[in-house]
Amino acid sequence: MPFKRYVEIGRIALVNYGKDYGKLVVIVDVIDQNRALVDAPDMVRGQINFKRLTLTDIKIDIKRVPNKKTLIAALEAADVKNKWESSSWGRKLIVQKKRASLNDFDRFKIMLAKIKKAGVVRQELAKLKKETTA
Amino acid sequence: MAPQQRKPHVCRNPDLIRGVGKYSRSKMYHKRGLWAIKAKNGGAFPKHEKKAAAAAPAEKPPKFYPADDVKKPLVNKRKARPTKLRASITPGTVLIILAGRFKGKRVVFLKQLTSGLLLVTGPFKINGVPLRRVNQSYVIATSTKVDISGVNVEKFDDKYFGKKVEKKKKKGEGEFFEAEKEEKNVLPQDKKDDQKSVDAALIKSIEAVPDLKSYLGARFSLKAGMKPHELVF
Repeated sequence: MPFKRYVEIGRIALVNYGKDYGKLVVIVDVIDQNRALVDAPDMVRGQINFKRLTLTDIKIDIKRVPNKKTLIAALEAADVKNKWESSSWGRKLIVQKKRASLNDFDRFKIMLAKIKKAGVVRQELAKLKKETTA
Repeated sequence: MAPQQRKPHVCRNPDLIRGVGKYSRSKMYHKRGLWAIKAKNGGAFPKHEKKAAAAAPAEKPPKFYPADDVKKPLVNKRKARPTKLRASITPGTVLIILAGRFKGKRVVFLKQLTSGLLLVTGPFKINGVPLRRVNQSYVIATSTKVDISGVNVEKFDDKYFGKKVEKKKKKGEGEFFEAEKEEKNVLPQDKKDDQKSVDAALIKSIEAVPDLKSYLGARFSLKAGMKPHELVF
């Protein structure tokens, strides 16, 4: 019931609406009740409404409104990229992106692979069933 | 001498603003070197003699003058060209046919004919689609490409696919019914040979890619959850 992810300076958030949809940004300052100042290595620092952000578990150690160089250094030090990509949320997003970019030929190859895998699983299951009944 | 390659000439009188040139009329006269041409020709600009106009044959006055003015049709300078080919369709692209008896078939694109239609082949051995023409609008272009370098498609054009014109036979009553029965559409042997020769090289390059042969043999269909506007082909 208590909150675990807080809005604080250094909190990494995912943008869920707007031009920067899908980007990971760092909250570098809070403007007022509704808005935060966010920054990311590949964007110009700007304000964004909290409603457009989803907080993540990751937090980095920065002072209020660092300059770009310090920000990038802090992100590297906390190894945000790897932490994000190894988290289950990050992995899910990567899979979604991959699925969306699949070619018609790729989808066909995946279908063949799924059928093959299912066949192997069914064979093993049949073997196990035979053992238990025997 | 071979025709000289002329470099496209830069403008001699650049615009200061639209409609106002940098140089005045007298300066331009000097720049164009008209003074030098005149000097070479002894003070006057060289003139060609007018060609004697060929005497037009004497026209008879027309027999009939229409009561009201007859309107002349407007001039039309448009040229017929083949339909603009989508950038995603290049020789060797795998296309998905969307209509007709081969709907859903994945097929290899060979070239665009002068009528604008696309020349396409199954290959026939893989999915039963022969050398065929297909309209660009009834086709989805996938991003899968097949190596088409070994294939010669020079000889195929729209006339190759046109209906054969038969000579009119004299209709005798008894012969008429028998003749009707015998008119079956047998594909001439040379068309079958054309198909084989085009497909031979294609099939080799298709078998070089794993799973491509079974891909071309399978039909495309929309399954649950597939949104065509979100799919990447």
